Amino acid sequence: MPSTAYLCRDCLHEAAGEEVAAARCPACGSPRRLSHPERDALSIAHVDCDAFYATVEKRDNPSLRDQPVIIGGGRRGVVATACYIARTYGVKSAMPMFKALKACPQAVVVPPDMGKYARVGRQVRALMLELTPLVEPLSIDEAFLDLAGTRRLHGASPAVLLARFSRRIEEEIGITVSIGLSYCKFLAKLASDLDKPRGFSIIGRAEASAFLADKPVGVIWGIGNVAQARLASDGIRLISDLQRMDEADLIRRYGPEGSRLWRLARGLDARRVSAARETKGISAETTFEADIADAETLTRILYGLCERVSRRLKNQELSGCGVTMKLKTSEFRLLTRSRSGLAPTQLTARIFAAARELLTKAIDGTHYRLIGVGISDLRPADEADRGDLVDETVAREKATEAAVDRLRERYGQDAIVSGLVFGSDRDRHR
Amino acid sequence: MKVTLERATLLKSLGHVHRVVERRNTIPILSNVLLHAQGRSLMLKATDLDLEVLETLPADVQQGGGTTLPAHVLYDIVRKLPDGAQVSLDSAGDTGQLVLRSGRSRFALQSLPESDFPDLNVGDLSHHFSLAAGDLKKLIDKTQFAISTEETRYYLNGIYIHTLEVEGRAMLRAVATDGHRLARVEIVAPAGAADMPGVILPRKAVAEVQKLIEGLDKEVAVDMSTTKVRFTLGDVTLTSKLIDGTFPDYARVIPNGNDKRLVVERDSFAAAVDRVSTISSERGRAVKLSIVDGKLTLSVNNPDSGSATEELEVDYDAQPLDIGFNARYLLDITEQLDSDTALLKLADPGSPTLLQDRDGSAALYVLMPMRV
Repeated sequence: MPSTAYLCRDCLHEAAGEEVAAARCPACGSPRRLSHPERDALSIAHVDCDAFYATVEKRDNPSLRDQPVIIGGGRRGVVATACYIARTYGVKSAMPMFKALKACPQAVVVPPDMGKYARVGRQVRALMLELTPLVEPLSIDEAFLDLAGTRRLHGASPAVLLARFSRRIEEEIGITVSIGLSYCKFLAKLASDLDKPRGFSIIGRAEASAFLADKPVGVIWGIGNVAQARLASDGIRLISDLQRMDEADLIRRYGPEGSRLWRLARGLDARRVSAARETKGISAETTFEADIADAETLTRILYGLCERVSRRLKNQELSGCGVTMKLKTSEFRLLTRSRSGLAPTQLTARIFAAARELLTKAIDGTHYRLIGVGISDLRPADEADRGDLVDETVAREKATEAAVDRLRERYGQDAIVSGLVFGSDRDRHR
Repeated sequence: MKVTLERATLLKSLGHVHRVVERRNTIPILSNVLLHAQGRSLMLKATDLDLEVLETLPADVQQGGGTTLPAHVLYDIVRKLPDGAQVSLDSAGDTGQLVLRSGRSRFALQSLPESDFPDLNVGDLSHHFSLAAGDLKKLIDKTQFAISTEETRYYLNGIYIHTLEVEGRAMLRAVATDGHRLARVEIVAPAGAADMPGVILPRKAVAEVQKLIEGLDKEVAVDMSTTKVRFTLGDVTLTSKLIDGTFPDYARVIPNGNDKRLVVERDSFAAAVDRVSTISSERGRAVKLSIVDGKLTLSVNNPDSGSATEELEVDYDAQPLDIGFNARYLLDITEQLDSDTALLKLADPGSPTLLQDRDGSAALYVLMPMRV
């Protein structure tokens, strides 16, 4: 039984003195207590939504609440998210759907609704931004927060603030989050994983080394299977193995990476939480239901992706000068081709022209399972599509797309569709 | 085939032809150079299927015939042989090998049969004229930098060469543009050229002609059809396909209403542009020209590294104007100007500017401004 003061995570009651001895919160009777000697000294947090997609679906359809739910789909889809009930059957993210359904045949499979998740993700983000401007999103459902120096503003320590925040997410948005609080990003992220779901874990400076010692080196970010195998062949399996080693020795073996490993093994991570993660590029890709080799079909799908990229460029008032086209073969071999140095553009027509050229050169009858297109080397929108000395078509292309965009804004995305998308396969659309 | 010749002559010719051969080829024969011995000479030929370079050089032929050898390997071997060496090439026997001997060196090289070597199928070249090497050099040098590398507008990947009548005289004109700048230069059309078709000479052929013409002091014979062109430059013959496309109507692009005249001393202008652009970033190479009565201020502002300005005394009496250009493009153009003073005809910060020699020589350049 902890003897220090604690915070009740349900009613936010601060228990101290004799109350501490009681197993449950004297105010509300909840056992969810938060106590740590460094509780009020830590300010880097990692917030992770619990089984995000599945939780959102359960929120919107309460009949799913007590059933195993898997978000994912398609004939050869993989599990995007499995709810905690499904996880007890051994279903995991990224597991092929057929395997997941073998493990848990009674699971309810819900196709993902990315638009909805993005909306909920934005709501969560908005609440985060009320705590601090230093929010660094890692994905749609997780982010780092730096709460240093917010105590006076909010009249509470970061730990109390986060406890309030997680309650608010549950009440206002109807999903749950897990929180990790520490003094650096590395440990905050590990902490958020410790007692999911609805978790709140704290790792302080004092226990960092001891906490890390028995963890496999794979918990270090950037150490994947390959790096793990390489380290294992040198006899390094646990972080304690790294802690025992000399920094100079690690640098000799692994270069600058050695120094990074040495530091992280000691819980030293100087990366800052930075809100301004600049957009480097915008891309869209799609995995096919069945592999495709046909040039016309690929081109048609590519056009749709170019429209998506163009739409996002226009929404974010950006343009780009580099186009990358990406294909993945049925054997999972990845092929990327790119073209740089284009005049800054945000037009579907221009992105498609470049991407199609790259596609045409790349296809050779191989079957592909995925195609993607991206734009990079981003510039502000006002530099885009201004034409040049001999550009005879840009003004027309620009006017056409502006007209199409206006129609779509009023009557929906499908109000007007390029004839190219239909291809020569007319019967299907009759 | 058995032939002996001097290393120096062979090296020079291989130097001419091997450049045409792409370093990486999917068709093996295209990596090779064709050698054919006949009479008292050896003929070398290389091609990339768009461009073919052929050169004939004197040699001591013991046995006629031909074969093909990897061009870059052969060039490297001959290059490494000592000065003044004699080289003998012997493809005797049907071994598919050629033996190269020089001094105490001996190389046995895999060869491919002469009959496999591709031909450009030049067909009938209908138009013929010749011009001084210096004139051809001028047409190429002054426009080459403006050729586009952008593949989507393939018809800009070369120099547009055509004839037209200017003030009652037939002129031969070369134009190149990448959309940001345009270069136009003309000479009096040589006899026989007046009715030639307008053609787009691809950049690789342009680059090869430019190298082959270096130091040449002769007439260059030009033979062309609507699809192919052949230049005879001394002992070397270069044949190229032409770009099959329509060059845009460039006359529309050349501004004729620009009434703000800025006269600068060319060298000091170029040097100042070069100096201030030192601090510009790789991405935005913009230099700003602020012009008021008799004074030009060049400035570069790079948020990452700082700023630079330089003032120049100039001849200008129109409305004050601020306009930005890509520094690299400005330098490319000033480098091609001939006279000491350059004339810029400006309109406004958003419109193309005209650059030329003050005395109004035959070369004319158009430059798109940049936003600054």
